[in-house]
Amino acid sequence: MPAPIRLRELIRTIRTARTQAEEREMIQKECAAIRSSFREEDNTYRCRNVAKLLYMHMLGYPAHFGQLECLKLIASQKFTDKRIGYLGAMLLLDERQDVHLLMTNCIKNDLNHSTQYVQGLALCTLGCMGSSEMCRDLAGEVEKLLKTSNSYLRKKAALCAVHVIRKVPELMEMFLPATKNLLSEKNHGVLHTSVVLLTEMCERSPDMLLHFRKLVPQLVRILKNLIMSGYSPEHDVSGISDPFLQVRILRLLRILGRSDDDSSEAMNDILAQVATNTETSKNVGNAILYETVLTIMDIKSESGLRVLAINILGRFLLNNDKNIRYVALTSLLKTVQTDHNAVQRHRSTIVDCLKDLDVSIKRRAMELSFALVNGNNIRGMMKELLYFLDSCDPEFKADCASGVFLAAEKYAPSKRWHIDTIMRVLTTAGSYVRDDSVPNLIQLITNSVEMHAYTVQRLYKALLDDISQQPLVQVSSWCIGEYGDLLVSGQCEEEEPIQVTEDEVLDVLEGLLVSNLSTPVTRGYSLTAIMKLSTRFSSINRIKKVVSIYGSSIDVELQQRAVEYNALFKKYDHMRPALLERMPIMEKTASNVHTMFFGGYVWYYFFTLNCAFLSLAIPPMTAYSKNGLKIEFTFERANPNPNIAVITIHATNTTEADMTEFVFQAAVPKVSHDLSVTFVLEWPSQSPDLNPIENLWRELKVRVAQQQPQNITALEEICMEEWAKIPATVCENFVKTYRKCLTSVIDNIYRNFWTIKRT
Amino acid sequence: MYISHSSLSLLPSAPAIQIRFILIQNRAGKTRLAKWYMQFDDDEKQKLIEEVHAVVTVRDAKHTNFVEVRQKDLLDAMSFRNFKIIYRRYAGLYFCICVDVTDNNLAYLEGIHNFVEVLNEYFHNVCELDLVFNFYKVYTVVDEMFLAGEIRETSQTKVLKQLLMLQSLE
Repeated sequence: MPAPIRLRELIRTIRTARTQAEEREMIQKECAAIRSSFREEDNTYRCRNVAKLLYMHMLGYPAHFGQLECLKLIASQKFTDKRIGYLGAMLLLDERQDVHLLMTNCIKNDLNHSTQYVQGLALCTLGCMGSSEMCRDLAGEVEKLLKTSNSYLRKKAALCAVHVIRKVPELMEMFLPATKNLLSEKNHGVLHTSVVLLTEMCERSPDMLLHFRKLVPQLVRILKNLIMSGYSPEHDVSGISDPFLQVRILRLLRILGRSDDDSSEAMNDILAQVATNTETSKNVGNAILYETVLTIMDIKSESGLRVLAINILGRFLLNNDKNIRYVALTSLLKTVQTDHNAVQRHRSTIVDCLKDLDVSIKRRAMELSFALVNGNNIRGMMKELLYFLDSCDPEFKADCASGVFLAAEKYAPSKRWHIDTIMRVLTTAGSYVRDDSVPNLIQLITNSVEMHAYTVQRLYKALLDDISQQPLVQVSSWCIGEYGDLLVSGQCEEEEPIQVTEDEVLDVLEGLLVSNLSTPVTRGYSLTAIMKLSTRFSSINRIKKVVSIYGSSIDVELQQRAVEYNALFKKYDHMRPALLERMPIMEKTASNVHTMFFGGYVWYYFFTLNCAFLSLAIPPMTAYSKNGLKIEFTFERANPNPNIAVITIHATNTTEADMTEFVFQAAVPKVSHDLSVTFVLEWPSQSPDLNPIENLWRELKVRVAQQQPQNITALEEICMEEWAKIPATVCENFVKTYRKCLTSVIDNIYRNFWTIKRT
Repeated sequence: MYISHSSLSLLPSAPAIQIRFILIQNRAGKTRLAKWYMQFDDDEKQKLIEEVHAVVTVRDAKHTNFVEVRQKDLLDAMSFRNFKIIYRRYAGLYFCICVDVTDNNLAYLEGIHNFVEVLNEYFHNVCELDLVFNFYKVYTVVDEMFLAGEIRETSQTKVLKQLLMLQSLE
């Protein structure tokens, strides 16, 4: 059998392959050769074969048949064999294969080997892929090596111990005595790994944390020496001595000082020193500063130090390096709640970051900007944020729009500014806003009475420009429907009033109805708006025509509205003005029920029947109690189907006289579920209309009265006589007319009770 | 940039701060070194390699060197697994380290640079072919500088001395 080809040869050959198929062929051939070589138990070339196998594994080909061979290599005496064997073990084996346990003995022996490099290999492998069983078996050996004076081994042992603790936390106790002297080491490597070990132990166990708190002074001293000792060529990076060690010590200090006043106080000085003395021209210095800032913010530091930390972050924001800006924004986001005023000082820099090119920086800057908005800076901030909304990526628009709405609601300096801002959002990012922004805006507009003319004018102009943004179109058509009279009369005070005729307005609204861009919801809005204008405009005929056309629309919703409005024109024209009157001021109450009252006896109820509503038990409420009329609402859930809420209205008249012109209207906003209204009258016991028997009693009463009985016995006799005399035809008559009575009662109800399904 | 890639969710949420894996890839996606400090199946590893490659190669100079991944934990709907990839491009090679979100980005960036400088010294102006033909030596360098998912030795001179000693044993 010829000697297997060398690794280099193989690599070179594989690289000459021009296609994937060619490569695969070469590899398969070589794998076959390697397999037969393994079968021959050839010790000389095993190392070479396994190395080749590992290379092929790195290219992505399966190589697991070499696992056992790796173990044999590990057991060999030659260093080169062991090296490849351990590498193979780390690449091909993991704790899920039972084979790996066979390594345990080998590793144990190697941990006690005379050559430190072999020991090092063993520690390395154990530290990378040692399973819990292996760790348990070998922890003692690791602990022994932790106490050795050989620094090369000691630092490997420290990290290996970290791995052991991660796998088997119970073994932490075992390493405690060895840690006693770790920090007094001069060797940086050992110091570094010791700090890592201590960090791991403190993070895992609160007892250890308490135990190691006493090390804080020692750590502070080490850090001080690092900073002051000046030039140390071995561990120097760009002029700073061992930045990695500094960073690790700072992190350990952070863990130790957290929620402990004494430790935090002991650290204050050194932290201030690091913060002020570190060179910031290179990334290295900034890495240390960043860790310092994180530590300051986490422990119980004094306020001066915190301000210093935030100023460092502010300086980071001005740095050219975008990495540094990124970390600064991330940290500021975490601290903005607790140190709000300090962060405010850097507001302008943060706002500038909105224009950065990197997407993640932009996002953090946006979140931070929203967190910083308050009553004083709202105007300036909003200008920047709206500009950002214009130009940002679509993935941001929804969040930005919501943020703008929230901020505007909390801090708007004036109603006009608020309306302008919302309009601006709707025009630029209309398709990304949430559903409830439309009703919210409508409510806001209604409540700003003095702005009605201005608002409707602006919205009308916006409609002329663009009818594709649905939320904006919906709000506009609603407004035009409500305040169309102000529009045509040109009454605007805030800005130059525009000249527009009734026909032009109706053109626009009808345009919305026919446009392809309008959704069915929008069409509903515009139809209702047109209808409302029938009481505000004079061109009623045109409106009647439009409404009747849509009575045969394919869209069921539109059709129903049109039919109802038609009915309003034809049969109930006397009610039309009252029904389509201006909406009153709406108030928001805590239970999300909007109630409004205005003139006469007509009122609207808006129920937002959202999930919260259905899940709470709502106590009964008195909606109206004035002039002897009391209206009470009770809420309960329907028994078979808990998704249905049953609302019962009790109307009581406590005055002497009858109440007339009592009109009830129910309006349901689009986002809620269906509201079906059924009227259940308490069947009045003595009403002749509803109880035909009453008519019969009356008949009897009349006949008995004619006989004029003088005493009780006579009364009894006469009753019996007259009852028998009543002919059957009379009864039949009563039955026949019963139907007519009932229908006239219903008619009477409908004349006075009307349901409108949607606004 | 928030990216959710399903396979990166395979990384368990370890409480410790540590490196989860180190990758050296070229622009075409070929892996020149893959050092794993956590347990994965082979196909999981392959998926991770592909994901990292996809994420890192689309970024250019105007992006930061950090990519954060936020992925919903498949088992627990309320928690998020967060980790990030810190990478740096040297000529045609991407050096990527995957760490926990709470780690210091800038420090690991320095760590990568330290590692690359050692490679440069050891192989005398290292190029990609050096890493290909001497892959087992590259692993040795990694093992000298990192262990158990932590940075182990940061002094370049010390590391180089050790490497030369090891080489003499061959």
